[in-house]
Amino acid sequence: MMRLIAMRELRSLFAMPSTWFVLAALQFIFAWFYLARLEAFLEIQPQLAQLANPPGATLTVAAPLFNMAALLLMMLVPIFTMRLIAEERRNQTLTLLLSSPVSEGQIVLGKFAGLLAFLLLLIAALPLMIATLALGTRLDTGLLLSNCSGLILLTASYVALGLYFSSLTTQPVIAAIGALAVLAGLWLADIGAPAESAWHQLSPLYHFQNFNSGLLDSSDASYFVLFTTVFLLLTIKRLQNNRIYG
Amino acid sequence: MRNILGYIQGYLQLSSPLTLSNASSQITLSAQNLSRSFAAHRVIHDLSLQLLRGEVLGLLGPNGAGKSTTLQMLTGCLLPDSGRIEICGIDLQKKPVLAKAQIGYLPEIPPLYRECNVDNYLTFAARLRGMKADDVTAALLQVKQRCGLEVAGKKIISTLSKGYQQRTGIAQAIIHQPAVIVLDEPTVGLDPAQIRDVRQLIRDLGNSSSVILSTHLLGEVESVCDRVQIMQHGRLIYSDSSAGMQHYAQISGHLISLRKPPALSELVKIHGISSVEQTSPTEFRIMHAPETDTVNQLLSLAAQYDWQLQQLTPLHATLEETFVKITKEDAQ
Repeated sequence: MMRLIAMRELRSLFAMPSTWFVLAALQFIFAWFYLARLEAFLEIQPQLAQLANPPGATLTVAAPLFNMAALLLMMLVPIFTMRLIAEERRNQTLTLLLSSPVSEGQIVLGKFAGLLAFLLLLIAALPLMIATLALGTRLDTGLLLSNCSGLILLTASYVALGLYFSSLTTQPVIAAIGALAVLAGLWLADIGAPAESAWHQLSPLYHFQNFNSGLLDSSDASYFVLFTTVFLLLTIKRLQNNRIYG
Repeated sequence: MRNILGYIQGYLQLSSPLTLSNASSQITLSAQNLSRSFAAHRVIHDLSLQLLRGEVLGLLGPNGAGKSTTLQMLTGCLLPDSGRIEICGIDLQKKPVLAKAQIGYLPEIPPLYRECNVDNYLTFAARLRGMKADDVTAALLQVKQRCGLEVAGKKIISTLSKGYQQRTGIAQAIIHQPAVIVLDEPTVGLDPAQIRDVRQLIRDLGNSSSVILSTHLLGEVESVCDRVQIMQHGRLIYSDSSAGMQHYAQISGHLISLRKPPALSELVKIHGISSVEQTSPTEFRIMHAPETDTVNQLLSLAAQYDWQLQQLTPLHATLEETFVKITKEDAQ
């Protein structure tokens, strides 16, 4: 059932021209940024080579690329998540799901998995671009893998938050604005707070930084897992309340 | 020999409806003492209803009577504040997933994914209701044929006309051959020919499953329903077979047409006649007390004075009049 709902979500995404447009535009931005970083790297490489322990291509090209993708996704994911439940409610199609023999958990997880699969497809271009560097240099696989896993966890937490906001309202736009406001707020809490403040701990982007610099910390990973789980549970609860409050 | 075989065959055919009717006494849906409030406003008061297999039940009522809310509760989209719902003997609140597999529901606004094409949408609906992938192809063909959607299969739903969208909505409710079919105003937005088709379809569905439909169209009840329940202000105020409902508001009256009519005052003088209305120079609408021999008197007088009676038609109460009468009585 979960897979069925996920597949329907994917199919309806790909049925919309705007999805293909965003997909294309984003690949263009990624590629442009990647080439710009690569050019900068090639320019300073002779000077870097004189250092005792020079930073490699992965650190100077891949890490900023992933960091930029993390910021872009923060703004992009709410646009995709806004439709998930709010639009079903607006078009009255939610009744079909609610009157069918599926639990709220299956509905929520199905939608979560569907959109996450699409976004993974979207960010899969990043490691592929980096992989082309392997033609000229040795890649730091560890750093690349930690960046990839960090970005996947980050995306999952964004989707869960967006899904929750989508379940709160009938208007997709309001869901998008709400999710974006919270994500931007969490980001500002990170960049605005003084260095030793606990505020940083709230922000998904702060926890992504360790992944970004190649540091796999189980506390960062559990933060993302917790964040995602909490918002998925809240969404399930909200759908159950849908039956109670109408 | 052949005769005997034919006789046996005939007997078997005759007896098969009997065995069917035995199975049909099975209760597919039962709701007991449902009530529901929105905020402080109580919408449904202590409502109970039952549905047998092979029965079409019409839920009738003015706008805002609570028909849609009732249907939403019966399909598990809305939880009742109190009361109990069983679908084919399975408790809807305790085992929602099992119970809902037996339901097909068409809400007031058909739940269509507008960017899908009809085939994909119906396949999704069937799979969502727990049908196996192998069975879906056959079911899809059958349901498209039943709902007249053969030509629409590859079309995107948002490009379909209102009538086709409504039919797609009905198709998604019946594709998995549920035991209970719940239709909320199924003929809204259809043209007269389509309405006739859909009513025929509902009648057919009523042979194998049980159907409950809400409507405010009285003609619909008359033509498709076996039983009628009338709701007003969230209560069931009347329940009977649809034939019984027509007898409810007994009107005793006749429409007569006389080639050489007497003066109106002479007709009024006949014993038992309460009112006479002249609808044209030769036609009269006569109302009289029930179960009197007014008609006989009228006939003999007509023969005696040579009024040349041409037509004598008993008046039937339309469902509309009955409905108004019932709802008014309740309001009092």
